[in-house]
Amino acid sequence: MDVLVCVKRVPLTGGKMVLTADERGIETRHLGFTVSPHEECGVEEAVRLVEAHGGSVTVVTLGPPEAEEQLRDALAIGADRAILLETDGSDWDPESTAAALADVIAADAPDLVIFGNESADAGGYQVGIRVAHALGRPCVTGLKALAVEDGQLRGEQESGSARDVYRVPLPAVVTVKEGINLPRYPSVPAKLRARRKPVERREPERRDARLELVRLVVPEGRGRQAEVLGEGPSAAPAVVELFQRLGVA
Amino acid sequence: MTVLVFVEHAAGEPDELSLQALAFALDFAGGNGVDAVLIGGADAASDLPVGTAHVAELDGGYAPQAWARAIAQLEPSVLVAAGSERGNEVLAHAAVMTGGALAANCVAAAPGDPAEVTRMRWGGSLLEEARIHGPVKLMTVAPHAVAPATAAGDPAVAPFTPELRDEDLVARVVERVDTSTGGLSLAEAPVVVSGGRGVGSPEGFAPLEELAGMLGGVVGCSRAVTMAGWRSHTDQVGQTGTKISPELYIPCGISGATQHMAGCKGAKKLLAINSDPEAPIMATADYAVIGDVAEIVPAITAELRRVSG
Repeated sequence: MDVLVCVKRVPLTGGKMVLTADERGIETRHLGFTVSPHEECGVEEAVRLVEAHGGSVTVVTLGPPEAEEQLRDALAIGADRAILLETDGSDWDPESTAAALADVIAADAPDLVIFGNESADAGGYQVGIRVAHALGRPCVTGLKALAVEDGQLRGEQESGSARDVYRVPLPAVVTVKEGINLPRYPSVPAKLRARRKPVERREPERRDARLELVRLVVPEGRGRQAEVLGEGPSAAPAVVELFQRLGVA
Repeated sequence: MTVLVFVEHAAGEPDELSLQALAFALDFAGGNGVDAVLIGGADAASDLPVGTAHVAELDGGYAPQAWARAIAQLEPSVLVAAGSERGNEVLAHAAVMTGGALAANCVAAAPGDPAEVTRMRWGGSLLEEARIHGPVKLMTVAPHAVAPATAAGDPAVAPFTPELRDEDLVARVVERVDTSTGGLSLAEAPVVVSGGRGVGSPEGFAPLEELAGMLGGVVGCSRAVTMAGWRSHTDQVGQTGTKISPELYIPCGISGATQHMAGCKGAKKLLAINSDPEAPIMATADYAVIGDVAEIVPAITAELRRVSG
């Protein structure tokens, strides 16, 4: 089976967000980048499916030229080929993103398309579903378990203290959540092999955004630091007093 | 302009997050009308503070695309739902069906053309001011961004039978598997003691387990810990893990990355135990103890045993 995974390049933000001067992005000069967490598990899941059933894994991203790094990461985990829909790095709205991805995916006609449930940064909760409609395929979201048996996909979604089970025929679109698997660390030889795998570049067309980003705002902090109860083990009595005051001990 | 709100419900009662979405919609509508739409559940609709409560009569379990089709048939120009798993999912389908634009996890909004919204990015660590253009506007409301609607109303309850397409029922819940362990869940525990990379090893969690047990709580962890394979993802507190809201949260050896803080914003009080007094978590914590987690946590459990005699 052929599996196609869509990933997004996001900064590793650490403890504090600093905005760019135009307030339309995060200052990333001192930050590293990664694949958004749910999608990192999406790549691992795709590779496991193809290891079990045969076929190929294609990884696709829409992002700046540097997003090639994240595609190479996915290739090192075991994807076979990659497609970069190259942008100038500015924010794309969910509809434009979905339309550009759907064009590429329709031409590729994979058996299964995997998205992350939502991106770590924009968190729009809709690109996978929009793509499913554009392709005319069923969509199941938020999967924490996934299996393919006899051309059918069985997926499990967490719902409180239960799991809801779906069964849909392939081809289908799914979105997954972190925890569906523990992604492998690529080996050094795998990273070297990834450098030689093909990355196609295309230039997608952007539509007018109907969800238009105006500016970003860092929420106000509390403007005060924690009250220090003490240092080292000698702080224990003060901590237990606090527990009693809060009624938890 | 009538604002339509998708109200989720269980056991004859509207969901708390849907009542928050309803309050958000009432505020957005100003003096204009607000209607509700429910999938089944006429009981839950009977005293909602809305003009009309449309109740779609649909058989079977949850089927996101079918639910969205039912809602889209009411031809809303403004559609609001809770920023719950199902609220976000159903509205994404409804956005395609109505040709509308969807802003997920809004915390504030003002009507107009375009409508102006403030929505969450990065699980709430960053806010985005945005405009929604076009004739159909959809919004989900971030959990706990607004207080729930509490006033009772006397709506006209209007049952309807939606016209579905075959493809609407392909993805639907066919089975429900109970996964409850009988124990206290991370999401509902009154006390959570979490460990980060600073705990040092999987074995380093033993003192945290003991402390959590004595306080009637459970153990959580940071993403770094699950990615290292030290603990199961079900223990992970964070943007891509479990969102918690305990009375007291005790992060041990956790620096306070935005990924983690997005999961514990609901905690009433936060006591950080960390060797670094400059760690970002100190700006969020109410209380702190500075030093080595491996020494401090056992000292706290010993003191608890001493005072309880």
